[in-house]
Amino acid sequence: MGHTMAEKIIAAHLLDDDEAAASRSAQGGAPDVWPGDLVEVSVDLVLANDITAPIAIQEFAKLGVGGVFDPGRVVLVPDHFTPNKDIKSAEQCRAMRQFARAQELTTQFEVGRAGIEHVLLPERGLVVPGDVIVGADSHTCTYGALGAFATGMGSTDIAVAMATGHVWLRVPDTIRFVYSGQLQPWVGGKDLILYTIGRIGVGGARYMSMEFSGPAVRDLSMAARFTMANMAIEAGGKAGLFAVDETAQAYLAGRATRPGQVYEADEDARYSEVVEIDVSAIEPQVAFPHLPENARPASSAGDVQIDQAVIGSCTNGRIEDLRVAAFLLGGREVHPDVRCIIIPGTQQVYLDALREGLIESFIEAGAVVSTPTCGPCLGGHMGVLAAGERAISTTNRNFRGRMGHPNSEVYLAGPAVAAASAIAGHISTPEAVLA
Amino acid sequence: MRITGKVWKYGDNVDTDAIIPARYLNMSGAAELACHCMEDIDPGFVTAVQPGDVIVAGENFGCGSSREHAPVAIKAAGVACVVAKSYARIFYRNAINIGLPILECPDAADETEAGDVLTIDLAAGAITNGRTGRTYRTSPFPPFIMAVIEAGGLVPYTRKRMSARSAGAG
Repeated sequence: MGHTMAEKIIAAHLLDDDEAAASRSAQGGAPDVWPGDLVEVSVDLVLANDITAPIAIQEFAKLGVGGVFDPGRVVLVPDHFTPNKDIKSAEQCRAMRQFARAQELTTQFEVGRAGIEHVLLPERGLVVPGDVIVGADSHTCTYGALGAFATGMGSTDIAVAMATGHVWLRVPDTIRFVYSGQLQPWVGGKDLILYTIGRIGVGGARYMSMEFSGPAVRDLSMAARFTMANMAIEAGGKAGLFAVDETAQAYLAGRATRPGQVYEADEDARYSEVVEIDVSAIEPQVAFPHLPENARPASSAGDVQIDQAVIGSCTNGRIEDLRVAAFLLGGREVHPDVRCIIIPGTQQVYLDALREGLIESFIEAGAVVSTPTCGPCLGGHMGVLAAGERAISTTNRNFRGRMGHPNSEVYLAGPAVAAASAIAGHISTPEAVLA
Repeated sequence: MRITGKVWKYGDNVDTDAIIPARYLNMSGAAELACHCMEDIDPGFVTAVQPGDVIVAGENFGCGSSREHAPVAIKAAGVACVVAKSYARIFYRNAINIGLPILECPDAADETEAGDVLTIDLAAGAITNGRTGRTYRTSPFPPFIMAVIEAGGLVPYTRKRMSARSAGAG
């Protein structure tokens, strides 16, 4: 019986004194794990942000160790409420900064030289195939797009990982998703993952690894793959993995800061389920409030007036996303009743967008372009909604109150549908806007 | 450990933004987070909850963010235990790690109503509903997780292990 990608990566990271590893090597076998095993593994990278790091730092202090396990592998990114939105946020960022200096971290990022963590880390080559990465942010699963086993945890788990370089894991079952067929125009990674979550539900992959495969994903850009892996957590997933192919290797070339190790799923890997999806039948999607599983074709949204459109985030804040938005917004105008907020994911994405002329298109269309920040995605700042207001957003969650007042609404979509809707003033499609 | 408390009942997919809205994540103190627990879905909760009360919910409790602020807020609000049909995995880890007792028990969750009084014996994994008289059994925690719970959370557990390891090495 073969193994899934997640099982192979976890097995390669078992601690020498892990009981599972010990019993297997006693039998003369290579380290080997199966779903349900509770194991302890070493980690390659540990991540926290301005919201989760303060608690992790408090808990780290209680552990009574002097330093972190490796100052080059503990990454701190201030991105959620930055540039500091209020005094309390400023205090949290300062606590993080002071810790980074005291620990002499080489991977502490700062406003102006950073961006949204899950766009930033791959861009800087900090994620390589075969890694085990744990982050105190649920969207840490984004890195599965590069064949890394990456998963979100809370601050206390991260404190222990910062101190020891180890975490405990329950080896997950894996669902394999096989995408085939020809993508329709304007359908991107966001549409595929919203459709997928709509099909299996927000708990459909609870505790599981999601392996995204099939001929249709081989044609996807890295940006689209990051978007899909990013939202594995919205189906309850522990990780979302793609095989490392030429597209991934081309992305890593000249960028990776460490050598990686490519793990492929075995032909006879044991999956808890295999879900076949024909992408030819998928239209651009929109997920209605208040769960990401409420996905439906944007063409059937009906008359949903919007007050705000947000294009950015760890889900869709990459240059490819901004190009799609700029293609539609260029030479057109944001509807008078809509505030359109564009947020490049990192300083590099911002600079690329500037050089390509995208920023000019956005500003001429009447959109505002923000510094990189998670900001409005979680109702932090830079676009908080009032009672009764509606936003279409390329972010990842549309829970009640997510972007502001508990009586506001968030509709999730990809950059094409979000830009088209910003122009139309209601949920619309690129075809309708271009017609 | 024995808990007797009044039930606060919620549905499926109670997300971490419902448990503690992100607008309060510029704070990390337990007491200040507790003041906003469940605020957007149940504004009366914070003022009426009594120490020792129990939250009972449906599937996928705690889905969404990795914020440890969620179980911290619940615990600091005085809730002694959460009983749900199932949990989102990060919330589950976080609750165990910070010492908030949580039990998975679909039958108890289905048959419990708001305002019921539950008596919970954590060691035995038994939940008794005072109104119906029914007792439910939950499956025991794996030994590793039980060890974390017994140590009082992941930090004391790790401290104990690290000192055992360095004693062994010395």
